[in-house]
Parts: sequence; C-alpha cells; structure tokens
Amino acid sequence: MHNYLLSVFLMMGSLYVVIAHGNLVKKVIGLGMFSTAVFIFYIAMGKIAGGSAPIVEEGVTVYSNPVPHVLMLTAIVVGVASTAVGLSLAIRIKAAYGTVEEDEITAQDNRAEEQMEADS
Amino acid sequence: MLALLVVTVIAAVRSEDLFAAAVLFGIYSFLTAVLFMDLDAVDVAFTEASVGAGVSTVLLLSTLRLTGRFQRKSRRSPVLPLLVVAMTGAALVYGMLDVPRFGDPLAPAHTHVAPRYVQEGMNETGVPNMVTGILASYRGYDTLGETIVVFTAALAVMMLLGTRVRGGSSRGREAIGDLLVLRVVGKVLISFILLFALYVQFHGDYGAGGGFQAGVIFATGFIVYDLVFGEADGRRVMPHVQAERLIALGILFYIGVGVVGMLLGSNFLDYSPLAHDPVHGQHLGILLVEFGIGVAVFGAVMSIFNAFSGLRLPTDNGQADA
Repeated sequence: MHNYLLSVFLMMGSLYVVIAHGNLVKKVIGLGMFSTAVFIFYIAMGKIAGGSAPIVEEGVTVYSNPVPHVLMLTAIVVGVASTAVGLSLAIRIKAAYGTVEEDEITAQDNRAEEQMEADS
Repeated sequence: MLALLVVTVIAAVRSEDLFAAAVLFGIYSFLTAVLFMDLDAVDVAFTEASVGAGVSTVLLLSTLRLTGRFQRKSRRSPVLPLLVVAMTGAALVYGMLDVPRFGDPLAPAHTHVAPRYVQEGMNETGVPNMVTGILASYRGYDTLGETIVVFTAALAVMMLLGTRVRGGSSRGREAIGDLLVLRVVGKVLISFILLFALYVQFHGDYGAGGGFQAGVIFATGFIVYDLVFGEADGRRVMPHVQAERLIALGILFYIGVGVVGMLLGSNFLDYSPLAHDPVHGQHLGILLVEFGIGVAVFGAVMSIFNAFSGLRLPTDNGQADA
C-alpha cells in the first residue's frame, strides 16, 4: 500500500511543478517525474507477494506479473523520446522569443498583437 | 528508499537552479530503478537506469546550456496550483482505497492473460526471460508501434533543430578539454560499454535486457567518445547521416522479419515458421526482432544527441562561442 501512496505523492509533487512553474524546461522535468511516478504505480501493481523476477529458473514457482513490466519498459523509452521533442520545442521557443519563461512569452505575444492592431 | 524519493522530489520542486533540478531528476530516476529491482522488475530497472537517468539527464543538460541555468522567481501565487494538486491527490487516494492489496496474487491484473504468459511462455517461445518473450513475440505489434513512436520522435527533433551543418564554425563543439586522464579513461571505458551493450543485446532472452536497453547503452559509448574527443572526431567515427539511416533500417528489419513469417505462410510477426520447429522459430524471431529494435533505438538516441549537441542559438552566438 505504501508504494501506491508514494506514487500518488510523487505524481502530485511533479504535477505541482508542471502547473506552478513558468519555466518550460522545469515543466519538462516535471512531466518526466510524473511519468516515472506512474511507472512506480504500474510496477507495484505487478508485484506478487513472495514472487521472483519473471525469468524462468529452476526451483522457483511464483513469478511477479511480467505484463506491467513490458508495458512500462516501452513506456520509458517512449517517455524519453517525447522529452526530447519537448526540449527541442523549448530550444526553438528560446531562439524565437529569447526566453523560456511563460509570462514573458505571453507578454511578448500580447505586445505583438497590440502592435498589429495599432498598425491596421 | 521511499523517503529518499520523497526528499528528491521536494528538493527538485523547490530548486530555482535548473542545473540542480536536472541532476536531481537523474538521482530520482536511479532511485526509482532501485525500487523497481526491489519490486522484481529487473528489465524495467535496467531501462530506467540507462534511459531515464542517463539519456534524459544528458538531454536536459544540453538544453540548459542553451536556455539558461536559472529560472525566474514566479510572481504568481502558489495557492491555486496547490489547491488543484491537493484535490487531485485526494481523489487519487480515494480511488486507491479500492485497489487490491499490495502483492495480492488474486488481484485482477494477475488473473487475466498473465498466467498464460508465465506458465506457457517458456514452452511456446523458448525464451526464459518472460519480459523479452512477451515484448517481442506475444505483443510484437505493440513493440513495433512503440519503435515507430521513437522513430517519429527522433524525426520531430531533427526537424525542429535541424540536422545540417550550418556555416562552418557555428557548429562543431570542441572536446571537453585536452585532459590526458579523460582521454585514457574514456578509451578504456568505451570498449567495456560497447561490449556490455552487445552482451545485453544478445543475452536479453536469458537475462535482463534486450534491444531497447542495448541500443541506448551502445549509443552511450559513442556519446562518451563524442564528449571526450570533440564532435569533429565523433563525426568521423559515426557520421550523423549513418545514425539517421540506422533508425529506418532497424524498423525495416523488424517489419522484414514479420513479412518473412507471412511469406512462409503464417501471420505477420508470427515467427513459428522461421525454423524447422515452432519453438526454435519463435526464439530466432525474438532475437532478430530485438536486434532490429536495438539498431533503431541506437540510431534514434544518436540522432537526438547529435541534434542537441553542438547547437548554437543565433541570438547569443557571441556568448556561446566565447
């Protein structure tokens, strides 16, 4: 049970990072932590009391459930791939706006909009 | 263990220094990997340690080099986010009350398809590591999709950041430094890293490991070379175009194995007809498919790293080159 509670706590901690911080790179870190917390939840689900790692071995009769392991294994790789996409988006935003802070990006957008309205 | 994880997350939340947050994220990944070991998920622990802790941290650090190390203090009040987080957390804990007891062998998750994989996996695929068996054979379609997702992500990164050399000196990162210690240790380490990657690749059917982990570890060897000896030498060892081609080749190899099964009169990604008896065919198919995954993941990680490293922002060229 404490594993489940732990994963909820970690999820909420990283959710806070995602919504409360304005820095885009920090948000990506938060998302990465969030997904890892979800992995902990799945792997904890797969554990069977008294079980062993799911590799066939003589003398072992109880194995933990290998299905969540397979799902999370691929999810980790996909997670890092999407992290890479997020980070490269952040780099492009930095190149275009000169900042990765959400407030400053919005302020620049608003200013540009007002400029366009004034011009027309 | 669990307390350490909690402390790491709290420290990462509070840190204004993004460099520290990125390193804490790496530590967090390692701690999770240890926790996975404890929960019997050896393959997942392996992947988390190599991918989550290794590659993510390298990518985060190369991003921070471009976007700046410190974040600005947020002027907004933290009350609303805290409230949202607390409410979501309470809802999740409430839902958790109905979750089966931890470690219960009769939980629904363990009574559907899992018993079949656990009991028949060895006889049907000839592979002792059930995770590998399920990954490459029973759920071969899923894994093919997953590999294509990685391919698409690498493609997106290359499109966003560009792959071509722009104007001579603006690209091409220098070596970390001309340190003899780094060069000697690097050279020795790389041979072991590559050997270990090959072991993980071709022993994944008996022990923990497989194509995903091996691809990443193999790429790590090249990344270490790139970092220690500079990008120019790294490019000579492993031209960027080759890495990009390898992603597509790996996936085509994977699909090719499936098509060969089809031509031999079976379903797509059914490996049984590949050898004289079905179990051997399955075993061979799993090895081949894992090889395809390894090649594709290696190419993807290398291409993503190449796109990130040595990139200069046009706006702060002067500072970056100084």
